[in-house]
Amino acid sequence: MNGIVISIFEQGLIYGIMALGIYISYKILDFPDLSVDGTFPLGAAVTAALMLKGINPWLCLPISAVAGCIAGAVTGILHVKLKIKDLLAGILTMTALYSVNYRIAGAPNQFLMGKSTVFTLPESMPTFITTYKYIIVIFIIAVVMKFALDWYLSTKSGFLLRSVGDNEGLVVTLAQNPGTIKIIGLAISNGLVALSGSLACQRSMQFDITSGTGTMVMGLAAVIIGITIFKKIKFMRLTTGVLFGMIIYKACITAAISSGMASSDTNLIITVLFVATLLINDFTSRKNKKKGGVINA
Amino acid sequence: MLRLSHINKSFNVGTVDEKQLFTDFNLEISKGEFVSVIGSNGSGKTTMLNIISGDIKPDGGDVFLSGDNITKMANYKRARRISRVFQNPSNGTCPTMTILENMSIADNKGKSFNLTKGLNNKRKDFYRSRLETLGMGLENRLGTLTGSLSGGQRQALALIMATLAKPDILLLDEHTAALDPKSADIVMRLTDEVVKENEITTVMITHNLRYAVEYGTRTIMMHEGNAIMDVSGNEKSEKTTNDYLKIFNEISIECGN
Repeated sequence: MNGIVISIFEQGLIYGIMALGIYISYKILDFPDLSVDGTFPLGAAVTAALMLKGINPWLCLPISAVAGCIAGAVTGILHVKLKIKDLLAGILTMTALYSVNYRIAGAPNQFLMGKSTVFTLPESMPTFITTYKYIIVIFIIAVVMKFALDWYLSTKSGFLLRSVGDNEGLVVTLAQNPGTIKIIGLAISNGLVALSGSLACQRSMQFDITSGTGTMVMGLAAVIIGITIFKKIKFMRLTTGVLFGMIIYKACITAAISSGMASSDTNLIITVLFVATLLINDFTSRKNKKKGGVINA
Repeated sequence: MLRLSHINKSFNVGTVDEKQLFTDFNLEISKGEFVSVIGSNGSGKTTMLNIISGDIKPDGGDVFLSGDNITKMANYKRARRISRVFQNPSNGTCPTMTILENMSIADNKGKSFNLTKGLNNKRKDFYRSRLETLGMGLENRLGTLTGSLSGGQRQALALIMATLAKPDILLLDEHTAALDPKSADIVMRLTDEVVKENEITTVMITHNLRYAVEYGTRTIMMHEGNAIMDVSGNEKSEKTTNDYLKIFNEISIECGN
């Protein structure tokens, strides 16, 4: 039982970093970005290729993130400069990334058995740490990313990012180019997603080119679960809510599978869970409106 | 200060709805003028404002601001020197950000939006003093999300934000039209105070003839892409709403409405 709980937290936090990325694109920029289905395995592909070459696993994390940033910027440029619709721009990048990921990794699957990862700790560490090494490393990375994102959103540049999804016209009146800000936002978002992919690859010791399928829907579900449940708590930031959202999401999936459903049923569970949260979200906000609560302008 | 020179603009070119709105339209506005623009729907008021702000590019002609030709300059680049308040109160503020956050970004206009702290706590007292002039109590609600403010409050805040970094020219696009009469009067009075206090050159579109009479230093009436009336100084101060209405009616009879 203990093992299952820890595994839920591990998976929840690894994919939680991805959900932070989707929080930026979907919630802040109001951009349904499907390129994440390609940037998640991109992070894994880059990591697999680098690890096979014997590059330091810690170095793989930032390099994967940069690769994700570039892919996100491509989506942004397709949308902003070439005026392609947001949804289509993401799909195009995702489609192209399938080939790119194959090229980078050299094969649709790569196994990394015996390679050292960020979870490879020195033998001299106390046994308590080595026993729980996965969750400790994942927790630290996830928390650092959360605080880094919180910090960024509180800077001047972050303020612009927050206003561009809300009110593009205001950004124009501030003498800033909203297109550039969108591209930056998508780059950061996909950087986080690729970082999450890199971490997932290092945890599972393998790269699978299809691992990105459903990333967008999974992340979106976590964002909506997290925000719906935790928005009432004043002192907690929404980014924390998003991480918890993914943990809850992973717990639901685990519960469904352990109650006898096959792992191939997960996509169906995801969809049902997703629709359920949307309905709950809709219901609670309608109740708020009736009470004359905050208008969601 | 601002000069529109030989402006041509057509809409829906190549369709049955093709309409030539501006043909060789010229307008000059001097520094410090407060121009009210009135006219019926489709007369070209808003198009003129959009040509000044760069949201619409003219088919021909040039736009000059303080002697610089800005015709080809993108709207967001012009915004460094041109501020604007829109008709819709939600267009001027960011609803998911607090009053203090909104004031901070407006205050940073023209400077770099870098990785330093977004909130400008040092200027809090200054923001409070600016908000105090509104008399709406917003100075005590810096932590409130602007999305939860009323339309009148938002529009007043938008006005303060638009003039925080003093612009060369302020464009007001029917900025009181979406407000109830009382709020509209308050926002209009504030507009006059802010404009006078900071000596901002202003172009205001309004459907309220009373405002055109009571406020501003010059009134222009637009009709089918032409300025059919342009009064300032004594000539303007002698005009009443009835004079404006009379001209309106004359135009309408000509059109057969």
